Amino acid sequence: MILAATPAGADGQLQQAHSQYVLRLADTSLVLGQRLAEWIGHAPALEEDLALANVSLDLIGQARLLLTYAGELEGQGRDEDALAFLRDAPEFRNLALAEQPNGDFAHTIVRHWLIDAWQLEIYAGLERGVDTRLAAIAAKAIRETRYHYRFSSGWLVRLGDGTEESHERMQRALADLWRFTPELFTPDELDERMSAAGIAPSLAELAPRWSARVTEDVRLATLALPAAQPYPWHGKRGVHTEHLGYLLAEMQHLQRTYPGAHW
Amino acid sequence: MTEADWPLFEVFIRSRSGLEHKHVGSLHAADARMAIEHARDVYTRRQEGVSMWVVRSADIIASDPEEADSLFEPARDKVYRHPTFYAIPDEVKNL
Repeated sequence: MILAATPAGADGQLQQAHSQYVLRLADTSLVLGQRLAEWIGHAPALEEDLALANVSLDLIGQARLLLTYAGELEGQGRDEDALAFLRDAPEFRNLALAEQPNGDFAHTIVRHWLIDAWQLEIYAGLERGVDTRLAAIAAKAIRETRYHYRFSSGWLVRLGDGTEESHERMQRALADLWRFTPELFTPDELDERMSAAGIAPSLAELAPRWSARVTEDVRLATLALPAAQPYPWHGKRGVHTEHLGYLLAEMQHLQRTYPGAHW
Repeated sequence: MTEADWPLFEVFIRSRSGLEHKHVGSLHAADARMAIEHARDVYTRRQEGVSMWVVRSADIIASDPEEADSLFEPARDKVYRHPTFYAIPDEVKNL
């Protein structure tokens, strides 16, 4: 334990908040990356299998950079692996949307597209922030995210404006997942603190841009936007749906069974 | 619609600026946009390219292998079409 690396008092508190904030970004990428990796060998076509694996690897790559940074800010000597494999569900800070099961291809696409559109705004905001390390990670990640969004919005329109069955499935997926979207732009105390410190963008400023993008895509896909959901989920505060535990059990079992195992 | 119904596309990749696009393989996709995305995901994962073309395989007009004799055989005995056929005089320095 390198406790001495953590500054005491107000600075130390801000640094711990900073670490928690980076952890939220990291966990959303990690959990979504793990979900997409579940498609490997099961996607509807060979080409889609590779596409989903590529996107998954991009997200896990983002998670590695962010976890490493969160661990350094925390100053407890935890590296990316300790954070990814040795934390339990209540310690994860990802958006609850990211952990939702793959379901059918429609659910996977809608979940992914909603988060892609969110990451586009968040990363663009982080690029302009005062934290140069986070800005550099965001600058790398946003190039990947632009492609992810191209991929997911393409499928959204193709299936939404496709056959009667594909349209119906997309509409159902949108209805199922919409209730997790208020969390994306409902700031809590930590979000507000980070944005006041100039580290993170203000969620209230980003929300209309995300909304406009998502509404336009839904229109192109000939789908109907579900009614607004007033209640935000709190995945970023560690309150998760039951699905995260199963995901972590699969992701972590090897490190938990054989601690320190490596290729 | 299954992948079996998706049309086949041929993929051409330019590996560096200034070089030509080269045929690298084929893939299935439902439309042109998906074909570009698939080409990116299947054929450029290791930085193989800076530009891609995709063409519907059905749009390619190919020569008939049955006609190979009449198309290509006549060139066989015209060795004078190769530059190596001609002896270069010693006096010519810059050829």
